[in-house]
Amino acid sequence: MRPCGGMTGRRVDQQMKTLIVGVGNADRGDDAAGILAARRLGDAALPGAHVVEARGNAADLIALWDSAGAESVYLIDAMQSGAAPGTVRRFAAHEGPLPLLRIEGLTHGFGPVEAVELARALGMLPRRLIVIAIEGACFDAGAPVTPAVEEAAVRAAEIIRQECACNRNP
Amino acid sequence: MKVKTADTRVIKVDMMARVEGEGALYVKVKDGDVADVKLKIFEPPRLFEAFLRGRAYSEAPDITARICGICPVAYQMSAVHAMESAFGIPVEGMLRSLRRLLYCGEWIESHVLHIYMLHAPDFLGYPDAIQMAKDHPEAVKRALALKKVGNDIVNLLGGREIHPINVRVGGFYHVPTRKDFAPLLERLKWARDAAIETARWAGTLDFPDLERDYTFVALHHPDEYPFCEGRLISNRGMDIAVRDYEEHFVEEHVAHSNALHSSMKGYGAYFVGPLARYNLNYAQLSPPAKEAAALGGLNVTCANPFKSIIVRAVETVEACNEAIRIIESYEPPEQPAVKVRVRAGTGSGCTEAPRGILYHRYRVDDNGSILDARIVPPTSQNQKIIEDDLRRVVEMYIDQPDDALTLRCEQSIRNYDPCISCATHYLRLHIDRS
Repeated sequence: MRPCGGMTGRRVDQQMKTLIVGVGNADRGDDAAGILAARRLGDAALPGAHVVEARGNAADLIALWDSAGAESVYLIDAMQSGAAPGTVRRFAAHEGPLPLLRIEGLTHGFGPVEAVELARALGMLPRRLIVIAIEGACFDAGAPVTPAVEEAAVRAAEIIRQECACNRNP
Repeated sequence: MKVKTADTRVIKVDMMARVEGEGALYVKVKDGDVADVKLKIFEPPRLFEAFLRGRAYSEAPDITARICGICPVAYQMSAVHAMESAFGIPVEGMLRSLRRLLYCGEWIESHVLHIYMLHAPDFLGYPDAIQMAKDHPEAVKRALALKKVGNDIVNLLGGREIHPINVRVGGFYHVPTRKDFAPLLERLKWARDAAIETARWAGTLDFPDLERDYTFVALHHPDEYPFCEGRLISNRGMDIAVRDYEEHFVEEHVAHSNALHSSMKGYGAYFVGPLARYNLNYAQLSPPAKEAAALGGLNVTCANPFKSIIVRAVETVEACNEAIRIIESYEPPEQPAVKVRVRAGTGSGCTEAPRGILYHRYRVDDNGSILDARIVPPTSQNQKIIEDDLRRVVEMYIDQPDDALTLRCEQSIRNYDPCISCATHYLRLHIDRS
């Protein structure tokens, strides 16, 4: 596990097939959802997968997957769509535009959704980009993670773990 | 949202886009004259100065870095300089150079993000950078690659890209080897060229014809473009030591902002940030930065706030050039930090954040525990000037339809790249229950 998208220079792992990016702020309540899921996957040490945490700045996310050169990228983040807290949604972002999900705590309102659409406009999307969004309830600074969201982070991690296993053994 | 009656026109933007934090715009025009202008900052106060009381001096750099995800290095640098001033510790030589290098990384990251992703869409008539990227893909790709170079400097020297963890009072916890820097050097040379091209490109944009007689305030150092050290000067003749800041500047609470408004005693509103630095420190720019300024169409002074986009590009060239100079002459210091001898006292620090001067003052006891703290970020200092600019812009474009006038007002605010989350850090909260 590497903190905050710290992948400098060229590809860090020539064997990397999958990059998993947990997006969010661990100190802002349910904004930690993506981070929690990523940490769970980091602990699982999936073969061929590299797990990082990122704050979600659009330019940095594009740089992250561009320098990693992975065949498949997963972005895991919290969302606010009005669904029940803990709802997990999966989007194949390489197939079409993402719905406009509002996600709290972004810098300049220029975050993961904008990263995906900016990369699409520039032809810089990964070959396969899956966004896993977890509905949050409370994004206050210093707040604990809502139990339903904590449980959803486990489910999100499991979705990714199973997909990675299927890709290894098609 | 717009409200229009026979003789009154109100323009409101309830949530400003492409700025950091939560703010709003309110403009009222009555009988053809601008009756009221407010940059409303409603993001809640964050009370950092209170958090700092009772904490160890050594925690100030990492606690205050949390005020901002865009300019954490600025908070760390102002904090360490203030503490070192209190303890009487000079940090010189290569450790001082490494601090400048870290700051170079932050300037590159912040300026490039603002130039291309936040401000350029205003000039080119796009709602956002995504739409702009469809027609100007090479410019946006250049931005992404440039910003990555800044990220990598902060990552290498700060330990991570956001909220670096390697800065301490007295220096660093760990310093890189020469070999660590090797991959960066060639990329920085590319980045310097790309930043020069950015200045040329920015100079081709269409600028409103607005020039004002501003009071500019910035750090000034005789031998270098300012990052961490120098005296505070203005174009009105002020020339003071950082420790005298509070004798010359005051803050006040206004009802429509959760960020304190700053003013300069005897002068009122004043301007900090790239345009102020450029006007007060042109002579200290390196030759490549001066070349970039000329390519961007700038003279040795500039009083058009919209041209701050060119100045940011010039400062990006300066940051790349300075980073190259430091890396090429780098020899690892014997120790990553100088020894700190704690004593009771008060210390001030002021450094040049991407958006302008950032002032810190701490009083500590003989154990190094913080007794009180004061932090004045650049955006709170620019609020009055932003509102003054808005008045002029509305007067200039009063005949335009509401949508066009609103966009012009937003562009005017973004001239300052305001960081609202920084500005609302403050301690005093006044509630009028009358």
